[in-house]
Amino acid sequence: MNTGLEQLYQQIILDHSKARHGSPLAEYDGEGRVGESHQLNPVCGDEITLRAAVAGGSVAAVTWDGAGCAISMASASVLTDLVQGLPRDEVISLVDSFREVMRSRGRIEADEEVLGDAAAFSGVSRYPARVKCAMLAWVALEESLLAANG
Amino acid sequence: MPVVETPVTLTPSDAGTSYAAMTDAEVHRIRNDFPILGSEVNGKPLVYLDSGATSQNPVSVLEAEQEFYEQRNAAVHRGAHTLAVDATDAYEDARTAVARFIGARTDELVWTSNATEGINLVAYAMSNAAAGRGGEAARRFAVGPGDSIVVTEMEHHANLIPWQELAARTGAELSFIPVDDDGALRLEDAASVITGSTRIVAFSHASNVLGTINPVRELVQLAQAVGALTLLDACQSVPHLPVDVKALDVDFLVFSGHKMLGPTGIGALYGRAELLNAMPPFLTGGSMITTVTMQGAEYLPSPNRFEAGTQRISQAVALGAAANYLTETGMQRIEEWETVLGARLVEGLTAIDGIRVLGPAAGLPRIGLAAFDVDGVHAHDVGQFLDDKGIAVRVGHHCAQPLHRRLGLTATTRASTYLYTTTDEVDTFLRAVAGVRPFFGAH
Repeated sequence: MNTGLEQLYQQIILDHSKARHGSPLAEYDGEGRVGESHQLNPVCGDEITLRAAVAGGSVAAVTWDGAGCAISMASASVLTDLVQGLPRDEVISLVDSFREVMRSRGRIEADEEVLGDAAAFSGVSRYPARVKCAMLAWVALEESLLAANG
Repeated sequence: MPVVETPVTLTPSDAGTSYAAMTDAEVHRIRNDFPILGSEVNGKPLVYLDSGATSQNPVSVLEAEQEFYEQRNAAVHRGAHTLAVDATDAYEDARTAVARFIGARTDELVWTSNATEGINLVAYAMSNAAAGRGGEAARRFAVGPGDSIVVTEMEHHANLIPWQELAARTGAELSFIPVDDDGALRLEDAASVITGSTRIVAFSHASNVLGTINPVRELVQLAQAVGALTLLDACQSVPHLPVDVKALDVDFLVFSGHKMLGPTGIGALYGRAELLNAMPPFLTGGSMITTVTMQGAEYLPSPNRFEAGTQRISQAVALGAAANYLTETGMQRIEEWETVLGARLVEGLTAIDGIRVLGPAAGLPRIGLAAFDVDGVHAHDVGQFLDDKGIAVRVGHHCAQPLHRRLGLTATTRASTYLYTTTDEVDTFLRAVAGVRPFFGAH
């Protein structure tokens, strides 16, 4: 049986924290509109700048620069893989689903069918001090999509 | 694990005083006075290494506060009934105990919420003086364009932001005594920063990140030579080593109760009596006045001048009990014990691959505190890993963002000790830290 720590830091999280898919931040020169968001967690100094491009109603590209803990960096990497090519509306509801799991204090287990690899972050919700780490990139994506719409 | 044979003494011990050094056996007895230290976290015995942030409370402190509410609770300095007199006595006795603890006179010890409020009190008094409040006697506190306020690059935000604000309000300039790449104060540059236009020099006695003890004597001499005031942030020294304000010869000194076995919500400002009695007040209202008319008011002398409104009475009483507990244990002995622990921390951490300890290298003086960077693992993850093993440490920038930036870091992990920390706890911590990089696959 896994310890609490191994539940929190699942291998997929540790791997993504190093692989950092979508990083570094890149210029987008394709079709559509681009939005960008900078998020900072003043408690620990975790930081991310995320750029999302929306073309034809779908998320065409996500890139980001970030500095922070394994949870925050892995979350950004997993999110990048998950949302590329998905319809914008679907991505918005994914963000909502992820937020609901994160805020559940361990009561809601993420649906892997919906959230894919992001379901690995379910364990984070039992650590209220770390929920912001996991949410950082998702909030940045949400704001980027809003900005791209405007 | 490294064994430290001889403690490095940070200040000369009193010649002729002989006493037994603290031992693990005594520390285990001391721990019985602290109920929380017997608790478990995540199924493991709590290893509390975050006393630099807040310390734990002995039963005598908890009882002092409870006893006050059960037997003496009343407003102080008003009312003639017996309880009011008892409450006032308890409040003022605590002031005397805490003043004596730092070598001050009773009327030189002003209660504040914490060190942060103490620094703000002085900073706002200075801008009130700049606005003409306090008349001629307060002129020496006034700052304005052409004047400088000096702090160091290693300050806690509490000893930085109040001065940034004072500079912004008054047009004075904020200047910094630099630190070198290892975080040591560049004393050789201090003389060019502390100049004839300097009105106050505010600096920390012991750094909450680096663990260094700053050269108070040298900085005070530089300040005095140009007629500048001095303020010492003693948050990390008053709880951990003998502090005598008269020997340090500073004008102001601040510290927080919750870092020295006391409750939260209480701290103190020491100021030389002639300064406090000339300084305009910061917070104003009831209990700090002599005569009030519709148009104006006359103020009481220190310390009441700076204690407007109903005060933190039970907390002050409990802080008095905390000072007594520390005095009974002996501040010199506590300092020596923590010096041993600090050296053990640094030597042990330095021996672990991929760890960079901030501040003085092993073998150099430091308090019982070590902040460090783990190569390839973020401090937040280090803290989480240690918490899983019941070990409580501080992670982040420790309210010193500019210092971290200066050292090329955003966040570090910090372990800090106190009189109730055992060498076993330090070793448990060191063994756990050795497991951090393997767990996270850092290489």
